[in-house]
Amino acid sequence: MLSKRSLVGIRLSFQTLAVLFFMLIGASAYAVDPAVIDSDEAIAVGKTVFNANCKTCHKLDQKYIGPALRGSTVRNSAEWVKRWIKNSGEVIASGDSYAVALFKEYNNSIMPAYTFLSDAELDGLLSYIEYGDKVDPAAAAAVAGGADGSTGAGGGIPSEYLTVILGVLVLVLILILVVLGLIISVLTKYINKQDLPEDEKEFVSQKFEFAKVFKSDGFIIVVTALVIALVAKTAIDGLYSVGVQQGYAPAQPIAFSHALHAGQYEVACQYCHTGVEIGKSANIPSANICMNCHTHIQNVGGKEGISPEIAKIYAAVDNNQPIEWVRVHNLPDLAYFNHAQHVAVGGIECQTCHGPIQEMEVVGQHTSLTMGWCIDCHRQTEVATQGNAYYDKLVQLHSDSKDALKVKDIGGLECAKCHY
Amino acid sequence: MKENKKTYWKGLEQLSNDPEFVKHADKEFAELPTILNEDGSASRRDFLKVMGFSLAAASLAACEAPIRKAIPYVNKPIDINPSIPNYYASTFASGGDYAAVVVKTREGRPIKIDGNELSPINKGKVNAIVEASVLSLYDKQRLANPMIGGAVAEWAALDTEVKSKLASAGTVKIVANTILSPSTEKALQEFGAAFGGAELIMYDPISNFGISKAAETFYGAAVIPSYHFDKAKTIVSFGADFLGTWISPIEFAGAYAKTRKISKEKPEMSRHYQFESNLSMTGANADYRTPIKASQSGLAVLALYNAIASKSGAATVSASKVEIANLDKAAADLLASKGASLVVSGSNDPNVQIVINAINELLGNNGATVDFANPVFFRRGNDERMNQFVGELKGGQVGGVIFYNCNPVYDHARGAEIAEGIAKAKVSISTNGTLDETSSLVQIVAPDHHFLESWNDFQPKQGQFSLSQPTISPLFKTRQAQESFLIWAGSTTNYYDYLQANWNATLFPLAGKGASFQEFWDQALFNGVVSVETTPKSVSAIGDASAAASAVAQTYKADNSGAELVIYSKVGIGSGAFANNPWLQEMPDPITKATWDNYLTVSQKWATDNGVTMYEENTQKASITVNGKSLIVPILVQPGQANGTFGLAIGYGRTKAGRVADGVGVNAYDLLDASKGFVNFDITTGVEVAVTGDSYKIARTQTHQTFMGRENVIQESVLSAYQADASAGRYRPKIYKDGEFVKPSKLSLWKGHQYSQHHWGLAIDMNSCIGCGACTVACQVENNVAVVGKQEVLNRREMAWIRIDRYYSSDASAEDLKGMEIAAENPEVTFQPMMCQQCNNAPCETVCPVAATTHSSEGLNQMTYNRCIGTRYCANNCPYKVRRFNWFKYHDNKDFAGVNIAQNDDLGKMVLNPDVTVRVRGVMEKCSMCVQRIQAGKLTAKREKRTIQDGEINMACAVACPTDALVFGDMNDPNSKVSKLLKIEENISALKEVGEERAYHVLEEINVSPNVWYFTKIRNKEKNEA
Repeated sequence: MLSKRSLVGIRLSFQTLAVLFFMLIGASAYAVDPAVIDSDEAIAVGKTVFNANCKTCHKLDQKYIGPALRGSTVRNSAEWVKRWIKNSGEVIASGDSYAVALFKEYNNSIMPAYTFLSDAELDGLLSYIEYGDKVDPAAAAAVAGGADGSTGAGGGIPSEYLTVILGVLVLVLILILVVLGLIISVLTKYINKQDLPEDEKEFVSQKFEFAKVFKSDGFIIVVTALVIALVAKTAIDGLYSVGVQQGYAPAQPIAFSHALHAGQYEVACQYCHTGVEIGKSANIPSANICMNCHTHIQNVGGKEGISPEIAKIYAAVDNNQPIEWVRVHNLPDLAYFNHAQHVAVGGIECQTCHGPIQEMEVVGQHTSLTMGWCIDCHRQTEVATQGNAYYDKLVQLHSDSKDALKVKDIGGLECAKCHY
Repeated sequence: MKENKKTYWKGLEQLSNDPEFVKHADKEFAELPTILNEDGSASRRDFLKVMGFSLAAASLAACEAPIRKAIPYVNKPIDINPSIPNYYASTFASGGDYAAVVVKTREGRPIKIDGNELSPINKGKVNAIVEASVLSLYDKQRLANPMIGGAVAEWAALDTEVKSKLASAGTVKIVANTILSPSTEKALQEFGAAFGGAELIMYDPISNFGISKAAETFYGAAVIPSYHFDKAKTIVSFGADFLGTWISPIEFAGAYAKTRKISKEKPEMSRHYQFESNLSMTGANADYRTPIKASQSGLAVLALYNAIASKSGAATVSASKVEIANLDKAAADLLASKGASLVVSGSNDPNVQIVINAINELLGNNGATVDFANPVFFRRGNDERMNQFVGELKGGQVGGVIFYNCNPVYDHARGAEIAEGIAKAKVSISTNGTLDETSSLVQIVAPDHHFLESWNDFQPKQGQFSLSQPTISPLFKTRQAQESFLIWAGSTTNYYDYLQANWNATLFPLAGKGASFQEFWDQALFNGVVSVETTPKSVSAIGDASAAASAVAQTYKADNSGAELVIYSKVGIGSGAFANNPWLQEMPDPITKATWDNYLTVSQKWATDNGVTMYEENTQKASITVNGKSLIVPILVQPGQANGTFGLAIGYGRTKAGRVADGVGVNAYDLLDASKGFVNFDITTGVEVAVTGDSYKIARTQTHQTFMGRENVIQESVLSAYQADASAGRYRPKIYKDGEFVKPSKLSLWKGHQYSQHHWGLAIDMNSCIGCGACTVACQVENNVAVVGKQEVLNRREMAWIRIDRYYSSDASAEDLKGMEIAAENPEVTFQPMMCQQCNNAPCETVCPVAATTHSSEGLNQMTYNRCIGTRYCANNCPYKVRRFNWFKYHDNKDFAGVNIAQNDDLGKMVLNPDVTVRVRGVMEKCSMCVQRIQAGKLTAKREKRTIQDGEINMACAVACPTDALVFGDMNDPNSKVSKLLKIEENISALKEVGEERAYHVLEEINVSPNVWYFTKIRNKEKNEA
């Protein structure tokens, strides 16, 4: 064990050295405009500006709807970049060759003007773009190495091994059975060859009668009871599942993929589902929200032409005909559910109820959405009281209790919280 | 492309229309052949088999979930978010009734109307009619298209037709109810100019012409003054129902209630005298009420004038003597509060109003409580001009007549003559939104938008302006009437631009305050109201009362032996313009508690003399003949009705209002008298009443008249007693326990609750509650409460979550139990709003076998519809009888489609509150303390990470209440209004120690510990007398 760990350590330090070396070379080869400040405050300011204005179309280190931003001030001066952000149209119109090339590269689409950004905000933005949220290769490597080490050191058996081991065990047991059977038949033959008294011979050659067992009262009673129990269980389960649409994943009029948008491109859920933090319904996005990006993105994977699925959005907008999505999550009318309460106040992740939505090609109902399921969660979930003055009095009154303040403790199991 | 005319047959039998085929053609599945026994009957086994199959089939069919669509906008408007309401300031105005309102819309649909708190007129309050007006937007009866000669037309064709016809019509007259809108008047002037000075004639169904006529004679200006009831210490009203229907009732009710609220800090209240024939809602609230005959009313006013004049050194007038109780006392009180008193009269007789002006002058009230210098523009109708017009119309002198949103054929005294005259006009046009009694007779109907679809402005009072704005796209192919007038006049501007231009020219220079016009306009639209400083014209008396007084002395008689009819309007139905609204039809009248009818109110004495008894809903019919016109009406025995007089309400007997109102009651407008130059509502001669003997049922929600002396329900006292002891009138029951008498709360079967966060409570001041019923309609709108119709009200199955119990006092002594059931001839009246009391020790909760009604950790008694199986044990065990059972499926049920329109047709359903479940048959329901509002308010606070501010959550009833009689709030918050009113110490127990002496629980001795508190009723009387 000890030797293995030290080995890992050695590998790690080699990696770090190598990365540091390359970084130094990189830094000397591509210099960020020195006008860009590298301070935590500036980065923090820039991050807010970025999240509010740029995030929809840009990523720092990856080409997205627009180009990757890191290195902007390497490619151009900080002054130029600021001019571009404030009004890219003007820069293109001025005939700046880099600007025109960029414009052509992105299908002649113009980035909106951000004239309202102050100089301080722009400076911050550039700082963030160049120095903020860096994926530190050393740290990444350390994490990866650490993960390796822990797997080795923990010694837990991975599940696939477990199946193999079980399979082998079953095989061994079957072999033992076969061997035992063989031994029995050999022994019987051997005894039969011996000269034995008649009664003993009979004992040796007697057969085990299954028929008798099957006809015995005990057996019939046990089997009947089992069958009844099984049928009853199936029936009750069946009845409980009436109206439960868990797994319901209907085909939608547009083959929209959450795996692509939410998974691969990491578009924030709230970007499309605008109501999720403010209202009862999360809102199925209106076509104009799709068009924010799809005015520029007309096909998947850089293919030419317009994708037939995206064409459906264009048709909806052109004909002023809304897209008729099929509703996946259907709560009964008698139950009141509010997204804002759960997402904005409770801080619940979308995935808690909707499952791994970022992996779904077609959205399906992940959870049962039954009242029992709701109540279970209310019993177990702690209230997000931190920093919310509304809960101060409740927290204070609950402070004597050893248990955490759960939703059930503040009336989360009461009827009129959901039914009125 | 050639039209496809091929026909396909399923087979030859279809082609030949074989009878056997036709029989089965519409059945997808053939009937199952039944195996019959030898005797031809089906065997038991077959029955079971079929039964089993159908059960299985039914359950399988039920398993299949329908595919539901989620359809987003194509272009989501930035300010509309599904599930989040938007609010728009607007204005309600109809026939001179006015309220600045805030309209709540959900997903673009207006669903609720509340008052606009910025309005100096109605101060955030509404009445039942305003509250219910949102449903009239979704009335199927509304015209969907313009019409020419009874056929659907296009607007372009209509405009051409109107222009060409009007050009050759000769004199053109426009008939309208009071117009409050300056821009509309300007547009009408423009229209008039284009057609040779078309004259605008205004009349009002409920006329107050007498007041402006009197003002013209007495002050030289034909105006209706502002009244300041809040500044009056003594109020004397001669038949003016100023809390219910007179001029500006919402405003007056609020002002009046200010003078009626008392506390230890302010142990004073106004004293209110009422002299009237019918028992009006205002009379029911008076401290001293005297029933007088209509024929004496003028003399009563003269007697008061003389009593005051003699003590003020002014000349008295000679008049025959009448004995009227309390009149001298009233005079003494008025003289004692000079300058802070108010005398009003509901009479439409200008002479009587002149004497009233003279009385107010003697008392120095002009400029203080009556303000002619700052007039209001309500009820500007001119009866004289209208009378003249009817003559001209009948005589064929009117070439073109346009009815601008008015219905005189129904609601004018000479409606029948107008109907006759319309045919004589060369061209007749109406802008009414429905094909009502008038518009069904005209040649061209150019339907106006509903007010919730319109732009407009209003000037209810000198210097006070408000706007109305569309809250929904027009539902039908209607057009704003002002725009129609402008188009016909040849203008091309739309009315919105016209309105803005008019404001830019007139109001903006006065109220702009340095902002740009756009900023000013946006602010005005956001606030809904604009105030402009005006210099009031000084007004002084130019006439004198002697001529009028002698005219009054001649017209009115001290002893009229004949029957008299006093025609009045009801608080809920008003003039009848909104009669096709089932919420208003089913709202119980504040006094009679009758729904879906008008009736002849008779005195108890007349009923006894004529052998009429009213047992619960059963009554008889009578025929009433007034100067040759006869009507058959049901009789309602009304305590407090002056002997020899009868009351009958207008607003009923509609024939072309729509499926809700048609045929409900009789039309009393026919009996009005327009012969004296004003519309006279008091018919004192030529009235005959005879019992026909036919029986009839009036659907009343309360048939028991008195509270039988039960102090545990009604606790009341008089002002002097209250001033001596704040707990005067309080009844404190004691329970015997182990040799001593203890408070009921000391003895409990229940363990009690702890409310750690909120403890919702309601305090109801019975001194401020005037019984108007605005709360009941507000509750109905907010909570999707079903309308059940007359028959179901008769079956005592009305669904209202909040009702107002009206109790009469009785003259009988406490021992005379039978006698106590009968109300006094002139009873004292008490109103008590009653809704679920949200008991902490709730009797309903303990008897529910399925725990469908349970207690919340915030003090609410919760009702869970989806859990309820309808045993009705809870209703049986409720001591307050506030639980309502759904005997039928009231929604999507053709049997109720005619009355419950908000839950039956697609259009009506748009008014439903999406946050409240529509209940199904077989479940119990009741007041939830607007739990949906509580939850929404809590969520807002949580999202903003703060505690709840007092007042941000409020029940629909409390919001609507024009007198703030209902105060809702968190009793765990020591700074909330309700805690301060009740004087509660901070404490999280369910049992709050209440320090306010006036606060009590109804039925305290059973210790159900309600979260609703009532405040004793205090009357400003000398002693406790019936």
